[in-house]
Amino acid sequence: MFKYYLQLGLRSLRRNPVLTALMVIAIGFGVASSMTTYTVLRALSGDPIPWKSDKLFFPQIDAWGPNPHQHGTEPADAMTYTDAVLLMRDHRAHLQSALYPIAPTVYSGNRTQKLRSAPGQAVYSEFFPMLNVPFLHGGGWTTADDEQHAMVVVISKSLNQRLFGGANSVGESIQLDSRSYRVSGVLDDWHPQPKFYDLATTDAFGPADQVFLPFTTATDAQLATKSGFLCIKLPGPGFAAMLNSSCVWIGYIVELDTQSQLRAYRSYMDNYAHDQQASGRFGWAPNNRLRDLPAWLDFEQVVPPQTKISFVVALCLLLVCMINTVGLLLAKFLRRSSEIGVRRALGASRVAIAAQFGVEAGMIGLTGGVLGLMLAWLGVQLMRGSLSRQIGVLVHIDLLVLWQTLLLAVVATVLAALYPIWRAMHVRLSLQLKED
Amino acid sequence: MAIHPILSALRRHKTGTILIALQIALTLAIVCNALFIISARLEQMERPTGLDEHNLLMVATMHTGIDSNTDAGKAALDASIKADLTALRQLPDVADAYETNSLPLSGITWGLGLRRKPSGSYDSHTTYFHADEHTLATLGLRIVAGRNFRSDEIGEDDNFGILQPAVIIVSKHLADNLFPRGDALGKQVYFTDAIAPSTIIGIIGRMQTGSRRTSTDSRTWNSTLVPMRLVSPSHYYVVRTRPDRLAAAMQSVPAALYAQDPQRVIPDGSGGDEVGVRSFAQIRAEAYQGDRTLAILMGVISIILLVVTGAGIAGLSSFWVGQRRRQIGVRRALGATSHDIACYFLIENALISTAGIIVGIVLSYEFNRWLMGQFELARLSSGYVLDGVALLFLLSQGAALAPALRAARIAPVEAIRSS
Repeated sequence: MFKYYLQLGLRSLRRNPVLTALMVIAIGFGVASSMTTYTVLRALSGDPIPWKSDKLFFPQIDAWGPNPHQHGTEPADAMTYTDAVLLMRDHRAHLQSALYPIAPTVYSGNRTQKLRSAPGQAVYSEFFPMLNVPFLHGGGWTTADDEQHAMVVVISKSLNQRLFGGANSVGESIQLDSRSYRVSGVLDDWHPQPKFYDLATTDAFGPADQVFLPFTTATDAQLATKSGFLCIKLPGPGFAAMLNSSCVWIGYIVELDTQSQLRAYRSYMDNYAHDQQASGRFGWAPNNRLRDLPAWLDFEQVVPPQTKISFVVALCLLLVCMINTVGLLLAKFLRRSSEIGVRRALGASRVAIAAQFGVEAGMIGLTGGVLGLMLAWLGVQLMRGSLSRQIGVLVHIDLLVLWQTLLLAVVATVLAALYPIWRAMHVRLSLQLKED
Repeated sequence: MAIHPILSALRRHKTGTILIALQIALTLAIVCNALFIISARLEQMERPTGLDEHNLLMVATMHTGIDSNTDAGKAALDASIKADLTALRQLPDVADAYETNSLPLSGITWGLGLRRKPSGSYDSHTTYFHADEHTLATLGLRIVAGRNFRSDEIGEDDNFGILQPAVIIVSKHLADNLFPRGDALGKQVYFTDAIAPSTIIGIIGRMQTGSRRTSTDSRTWNSTLVPMRLVSPSHYYVVRTRPDRLAAAMQSVPAALYAQDPQRVIPDGSGGDEVGVRSFAQIRAEAYQGDRTLAILMGVISIILLVVTGAGIAGLSSFWVGQRRRQIGVRRALGATSHDIACYFLIENALISTAGIIVGIVLSYEFNRWLMGQFELARLSSGYVLDGVALLFLLSQGAALAPALRAARIAPVEAIRSS
């Protein structure tokens, strides 16, 4: 039966090729533009650590009070050094780390090579287990290393390749700026996108970090942040004055595994701010936030509004294409009212009529989907060329998008065909026979 | 021709009528908002920065092996910056050069508040650029009042502590912001937390800040030049090349800097990092990448929409013509001219389009309201809606024209032929 409907459908589609082509092209373009913009949206809005994103939280502590730069009552997204260090000392979460981006110069043994600065992070030892950072050799450093300001470093696979030719370099030493550090671990490939741990001060899509130093060691070495540094009151001269200032430049992550831990941490933060108020450091009531990772990504506007708007506009285009298809299918099906009448008179049930036209619509959808796939591939190539390099590399068509495109095309066409099919099912058979 | 028979005919194929009207309404809403977004982006992208952008390049460099936290280190760093500048200015490809923290559109913004009084709240916000007596010539900025910095006025700034240079040059926009009566020249202002005042000795016409935000607020033009070398390991050189020597200078400038100090870092963009040597054209392209992508996308989607809608109208119209061949034959046999028949279909189309357009205008403003909530966008001006209305009406009539003409050619004999 299905085969018969396919034959009927093919014949019908060939009978008015212009109308058929119009529908296929409309569905193709509608699906292609939706999938192109969706591919970009998906690349930017992915969950960088899906197994844990509901357990990672990003505390904000208002160290500025009401000020003219503020949006509403929202505290700054980064922390002062003072608050970050005090929170680390209290150590109230299961795992936690303060961090800030650094860019020390890497000296290689090879003197003919031009020097490069390596993007990196100053973090605490719990950063690695908290974010499940994968190691190729060795591991992170210990809490004792944090406390002793140990001269240790974790390097990326790519830096290990450049400096040591990919060999196990644990125990070797490397020179960053003017100091020498012992390698405690070499990472496996690790480049979460967006770089969720460093959103407070840095853009979401940047190069992978290559060096990780203990936070305490980095501030000893007077390594400045390479990224955002915001003040409402300027610090005095010197690195120490910068550390003691009210400027915000430090990110902070905590892992809280249960609801009770979350509640406990919230009340801890409020108590902390109360204490700061009591001691006279804060002249305002506690104003804290504790967002989980999805809320944090949203708050930091990781997905630019342009991307969302493009997607919505593309969906509207698909909607117009579907309305277009409803009209054209209606015309196409009702033009064959007499044929329907004859089939019904010869004993075909309404369901059979519906199946026949459903198959026909499905064929249009599938063809439109194939066209859409080709156009979407073209669209994605164009988008990659016109997006920034860091984002462009994330945008690609995979098997999933391929299936989704075909599925979307068929579903959209069949949805558009529902009303025309219903009308075809209810063609009055007596009338049709009489007229002929 | 009477409209009444057309209306009663339309009532007989309600669904098709509603579908076309709906399609026109949605298309109008999207296309006029898209046009509005495109023109807003283009306007944004075409704003002049105030610089003479040809033959301009910027080099990011980082000195290594110098501890800039000690006085001796700072002195060594300052000497090395001065040596770099001397070497750059002597290059045959180079017309002029200076050292700084940022450049318009570079995405790097160092901002402070400015006050007219030693204390109290800020009167304006400003983005500041480190500059020297070569800056105006390098950037092609013209003084509209006052004078340029003198070489003996250039100090050092180690990027820590309070900024309070004795003299500054401000953009006209900032000058008028601070002193609306236009008497800013010679006036004293205070930077954030500064105790000593800075005197405005010069006013330049127009200079955009380093911000890349697509923002329409007036901060975009609040620029200040401070007469200071940035004595910090990480900084930028801005170079004006001799005419047509830009490509050559992109090579010779970093080479000369490496010759001065081989132990420096100029990012080559290998680790996915930003490239160190960039022409201003590159900086501009990067700054407006998002705007350009959005404008192109909106343009492409609009064109597809118009084509699909036009094709849809043509398709349904010709279906209607086919459906009514016998009626048309009867009318022709009863004396209607082929002109009357064509007019009938065009007027029918005009009625449907008008209904769609009226709904579309309402949808346009609703869609614009939603967009305004999403990102910085002005209220849709009626000019774009009118353009969209005209465009869609013409498209709709154009799409119906071929079927209408085909209807006009139907012979009266069709009246007695069975379909």
